[in-house]
Amino acid sequence: MTDRWRSSLEKICIPIGALVAALALFGLFCALAGANPFGVYYSIYRAAFGSWSSFQNTLIQASPLMLSALCTALPARLGLVIIGNEGALVMGGLAAVAGGLTLSGAGAPVLGVQLGMALAGMAAGGIWIAIVGALRHYRAVNETISSLLMNYIAIAFLNHMVNGPMKDPSSLNKPSSYPIPEIDMLGTLPGSRVHYGLVLGLIACGLAYFLIQRTTFGFAARTAGGNVRAARVAGLPVGKLTLAICFLGGACAGLAGMVEVAAVHGRANESLNANYGYGGVLVAFIARHNPLAASLVALLLGGILASGGILQRSHGLPDATVMVFQGIVFLSVLYSDSLYGKLPIFKPRPARPRPPVATATAV
Amino acid sequence: METTAVAVQTKPAPPELEVVNLTKRFGTFTALDQVSLKVTPGSFHALLGENGAGKSTLVKCIMGFYKPTSGDVLVDKHSRTIDSPKDAHHFGLGMVYQHFTSVPAMTVAENLVLSRYDSPQWINWKAEYDRLDAFMATSPFQIDLRTPIAQLAAGQKQKLEILKQLYLNSRVLILDEPTSVLTPDEADEVLGLLREEVTAGHLSVLMISHKFREVMAFTDEVTVLRKGQLAGHGYVRDLTVDAMAHMMLGEKKEATPVEKVTVTDMRPVLELRNLCADRDNGLPAVRSASLVVSTGEIVGIAGVSGNGQRELVEVLAGQRPRHSGEILVNGEPYQSTRREMARHQVYTLPEEPLRNACVPHMSVAENMALRTFDKPPQAKRGLLSLLNIRRMAEELVKVFSVKTPSVDTPVGNLSGGNVQRTVLARELSSTDINLLIAANPCFGLDFSAVDYIHSQILAARNRGVAVLLVSEDLDELLKLSDRIFVISDGELVYESPTASADIKTLGQKMAGH
Repeated sequence: MTDRWRSSLEKICIPIGALVAALALFGLFCALAGANPFGVYYSIYRAAFGSWSSFQNTLIQASPLMLSALCTALPARLGLVIIGNEGALVMGGLAAVAGGLTLSGAGAPVLGVQLGMALAGMAAGGIWIAIVGALRHYRAVNETISSLLMNYIAIAFLNHMVNGPMKDPSSLNKPSSYPIPEIDMLGTLPGSRVHYGLVLGLIACGLAYFLIQRTTFGFAARTAGGNVRAARVAGLPVGKLTLAICFLGGACAGLAGMVEVAAVHGRANESLNANYGYGGVLVAFIARHNPLAASLVALLLGGILASGGILQRSHGLPDATVMVFQGIVFLSVLYSDSLYGKLPIFKPRPARPRPPVATATAV
Repeated sequence: METTAVAVQTKPAPPELEVVNLTKRFGTFTALDQVSLKVTPGSFHALLGENGAGKSTLVKCIMGFYKPTSGDVLVDKHSRTIDSPKDAHHFGLGMVYQHFTSVPAMTVAENLVLSRYDSPQWINWKAEYDRLDAFMATSPFQIDLRTPIAQLAAGQKQKLEILKQLYLNSRVLILDEPTSVLTPDEADEVLGLLREEVTAGHLSVLMISHKFREVMAFTDEVTVLRKGQLAGHGYVRDLTVDAMAHMMLGEKKEATPVEKVTVTDMRPVLELRNLCADRDNGLPAVRSASLVVSTGEIVGIAGVSGNGQRELVEVLAGQRPRHSGEILVNGEPYQSTRREMARHQVYTLPEEPLRNACVPHMSVAENMALRTFDKPPQAKRGLLSLLNIRRMAEELVKVFSVKTPSVDTPVGNLSGGNVQRTVLARELSSTDINLLIAANPCFGLDFSAVDYIHSQILAARNRGVAVLLVSEDLDELLKLSDRIFVISDGELVYESPTASADIKTLGQKMAGH
């Protein structure tokens, strides 16, 4: 086994090991709550991947997760830990609704309205996280804390808008914005309930991977993320890179918000704030900030999220149990990060001592 | 704790500390070779030497951080086994580090109690304060016990570090460049007070320094190390600065002759006009530096480390904003952007290449492409050509004899010399370099690597490249440079063609005279 293989194996085995450990801990939790852990595992599997119908639910959950994961994964290549996905998603959704209502009011064609919603969502989410990047670069404000706090601002802003300026008077129980006309909503893939958001998510993950690995922009970002002093010696514009990559990450989360309003809810309300942001952080960490891996991990986590209802119905566990599971997964993944390079089986083997040669006498 | 309090009041005479034939090897590298030193009780002893002379290694062996390869440490004429600073403390030895080790958020009293090796589980603060007040009353410096560390000035913090050792009842203080973080006035005050304690017979002090002024003013004896060997010893009253500089720098042979081609068409490439830059803490590091480097010459900047040369190089390399002043390259203002670097063909060999010029977890090929990844043939319309990046790297690995398993190996896995070669390959492979800025390019490398790097720098000069070489190794500067400057406390205080430079004057200027 070569060292290269060993290192790729390490990158696969450790996250899987973390998931298995999280499953075991979660089983313990279910047992304490009085449910049969193996029954729960089976239910989760069935609800997530058991049938075409349930798998469609998983896919629907996975698409915003993929997009929002990029909001953490892209800046991570620059060495930034950003967890403002929720805020960028909310701002993106809000801007998409505002844009969509304006354009359809002006009589724009369907495709134009949809494109306008996507651009508005991306711009809003992008600017939201670019603010975090600017604070980081110009004022050395910790990007993790500021992005977290920006989430609260975004959520409060959403509540204000749907309770005030954007409120549809007919939405009584759940204050919401005016709905986007049915005709302008994102459609579903032929023969399924899965909306086009999944396609957008997959394309975004693929593009993000390509951007980071194959373009000069990605090379510069990886350099600055790996060693900012070396990047400065090479004359790379670290500030511009920070702003650009934060904007791109935020734009992806903003697009997730647009997908949620334009394909699922049809209007902006507090349902937007459905933890896809934090789920995205989790996806990015499990995927070790690799955009391609993020698309697969988002499927897995989407499946877990989709199983919330069934746990309540068939095991008498509270609906929030999946949140407990999500939390356990997060903790064990963060812990597993400390294991890279520590487990002896993945350590590069020292070069084998060469067979003694006649000339090798003195050492 | 009674013993501490009583001991402080009686103040027994310090023990005698002696080091006999101490040798310390790291792998094949000999950091200290048969060094002996004796600190007589009640004396102020200076340990002098250039960077890398082995001063820190010696005191770390005494304090038990390192285990000597051979040789003995004697305290009161008995050979002692010292395996840790705690053991050293047991024999009355205490060390004050170059950087502060107090907890900023806690008060002076809390830090003192914290520093004890036998801190109790439960602290009776009233009793502690009584004892601390009694201790403060007899100590050479007074600091208010209830002040948080964060509110102390640098000089007071340094005093606290020394107080800590007195509080721990250390009778032999080892100070590692104690004044490097102080202003001259603060330094004089701290050393003056210590001097009084030594004169009164309460303490012995062994101080690492490379400031001749302080050595002349405060110390009794001096031991000089050069390249891991004992280079001299004597009483300060019998010595002159020249004699000490001579011991420290060694018998300067005529600069080793090197093949130098005279470049006829000399035109200025790099021009600094009143360049000023600040340290991280906002104090001035470079004060109004002005110089010109022309094609086909190597301009050397000599100086003891910490005199602003690091900050100067960082400004030129684009790692540090300047405070004021102008940098011109080929007569045009220069801001160290990537575009300007490419247009004027400016290349940099910063010190500590792994920290300053490489991304450790990226591959050798990627690190070699750091200058060229955005230009054809390595990139077309923003897309990388991984094939061309690999090809160029494989070529450079051959030409510059970089020893690496493959070009895909992370550069952080290579040895120091090969990391330096990787950077050298990247920075010197361009055929039309205009300006090369090199800082301590050979630091920590073995003989053959040093020779190789010197020949590469000279070859670049002979091709007509303008070279600014900042180094703490005077031999290197005398060998390579055409003109030499001395930087002291951020100012360029001396300039001379290397051929006619006076070695004594150089040493004195470096020492701040």
